[in-house]
Amino acid sequence: MSDASFLSPARCPEPSDGTPPVVCFSNVYISFLGPAVLADLSFTVAPQETRILLGPAGVGKSVLLKLAMGLLRPSHGSIRLLGNEVTAMTEEELFPLRARTGMVFQESALFDSLSVRDNVAYQLIQARVPDEEIDQRVREALRFVELERTFDMFPGDLSGGMKRRVAIARALIRQPELILYDSPTGGLDPVTSTTIIELVMKQRDVYRTPSIMVTHRVQDAFMLCTHRFDTGVGHMVPLPKGETDPNTTFLMLDQGRMIFDGSLHELLHTEDPFVREFLE
Amino acid sequence: MIESTLKSVVWSVQEYTIYTWRAVLCLFSPPVYWTDTLVQADTIGAGSALIVALTGFFLGAVLALESDSLLAGFGATGYMGRFVGMTLLIELGPVLTGIIVAGRNASTMASELGSMVVTEQVDAMSSLGVDPVRKLVTPRLVATMVTLPLLTLVADAFGLVGGGWISIVRLNIPWHKYLTDAYATAGWPDVIEGLIKPVVFAFILASDGCFYGMRTTGGAEGVSRSTIQAVVTSSVLILFADFLISRIMIQLFP
Ligand SMILES: Nc1ncnc2c1ncn2[C@@H]1O[C@H](COP(=O)(O)OP(=O)(O)O)[C@@H](O)[C@H]1O
Ligand SMILES: [Mg+2]
Repeated sequence: MSDASFLSPARCPEPSDGTPPVVCFSNVYISFLGPAVLADLSFTVAPQETRILLGPAGVGKSVLLKLAMGLLRPSHGSIRLLGNEVTAMTEEELFPLRARTGMVFQESALFDSLSVRDNVAYQLIQARVPDEEIDQRVREALRFVELERTFDMFPGDLSGGMKRRVAIARALIRQPELILYDSPTGGLDPVTSTTIIELVMKQRDVYRTPSIMVTHRVQDAFMLCTHRFDTGVGHMVPLPKGETDPNTTFLMLDQGRMIFDGSLHELLHTEDPFVREFLE
Repeated sequence: MIESTLKSVVWSVQEYTIYTWRAVLCLFSPPVYWTDTLVQADTIGAGSALIVALTGFFLGAVLALESDSLLAGFGATGYMGRFVGMTLLIELGPVLTGIIVAGRNASTMASELGSMVVTEQVDAMSSLGVDPVRKLVTPRLVATMVTLPLLTLVADAFGLVGGGWISIVRLNIPWHKYLTDAYATAGWPDVIEGLIKPVVFAFILASDGCFYGMRTTGGAEGVSRSTIQAVVTSSVLILFADFLISRIMIQLFP
């Protein structure tokens, strides 16, 4: 793994050749005041791919997601998002691009001063969609996360898990072309965590939107690989024994470096001592 | 130590300039968030009107009281209206209103935006395709620049009343004499000075409050740090700008 970075191109490929990746990082470095937080980072997210990003707290998982959105700028390297070189864009150019993606933040980041309806509708309100259509689409999005009854509530009235689900509804309402989940189960109890993972899975299996999901819980990651969402019965069901979701793959960060990039099978059979240590 | 402090100051000034410039530019391209601007103007104006009026009133009264003996020394008690009016119009009205609104609103802006930053609401806004500078900063800047001159007029008016009250009750100067005196002396340059100052102060306190808010780091503690920095810096800068403007006005209209 460690020497693969020397082989990767200095820049992400131009979108002309074949189906371009949705996200492509190439030799990305970022540092704040001290040493590099992320160094020599290269990976891609293919269309329809769900990438699970594992790593200990403070390793830079949130930073990675913000880099992909252009919310942070790398000190070096190339980042392509939906065919656009993010590092070469001005702040103003980035807003319409970001609007095509959805992000679920670690602590939900709902707007405190707005009702659940206005939070979920935020993008539609900005786009001046008529009110009746907004109401209808918000109800639809809330139905997707099974929280229709919170329509008129405020974020202050919601539990942690409900906030997370509203944040998912807000990120999904315009059917983004990529979804970034930042630790969607962080700080939740196991039962609530499972409902959130089920939502991530539902989104994966119903809309097939590519995504990156950050988590530090290996259980969540395995559940995503070994289950699928059954729209017929309306909840997740386990895949047949020995089968895993082929489009759900793993990334692992440790001490600012990508120490693993591959499938569940590869993850379970790797020799890398750091990866093994993290899994145990 | 000195070098690194100096570096960080230069860095901050540069950052502040770029960011304020961006907030101003947002006014010249769509969308401009007028509703948010109105809401802010209402918060700032309605929220500060009473305290500004009270401050103005007592300021005028105390000016009249204190100046009585001073003017008597020159045998000039008749110039009470002139003294109170001019001091309020070009100097104390704008400055005190600026400082009060800085205390109330630069701090509110810093803490509101600061807590939005630390809870990632600002990032969330960006991720939804809405420019936080356009949506949060520009409306506050414009609203303050419109509201502060009005609040200053309120302070001036109540100050005149306060001064009048003292001059009638204690000094036996007739009401109409006091007022005509106050009006007659104020020329156009004074009126302009009295209105330019609050616009500049408004720009300072709003951009400062928002700047410190937007670059908050480190949780709730960071928010209170930003709040304090915003109030302290904007108060000092207001006094500094006051000096500069007075200096320039004296130069222009000797
Ligand atoms: N805006 C920032 N300014 C300075 N340091 C930051 C900033 N964002 C993140 N960091 C630092 O980067 C490191 C990685 O943070 P983060 O990505 O939040 O970790 P996690 O993997 O837990 O999500 C931390 O040491 C954090 O202090
Ligand atoms: Mg994080």
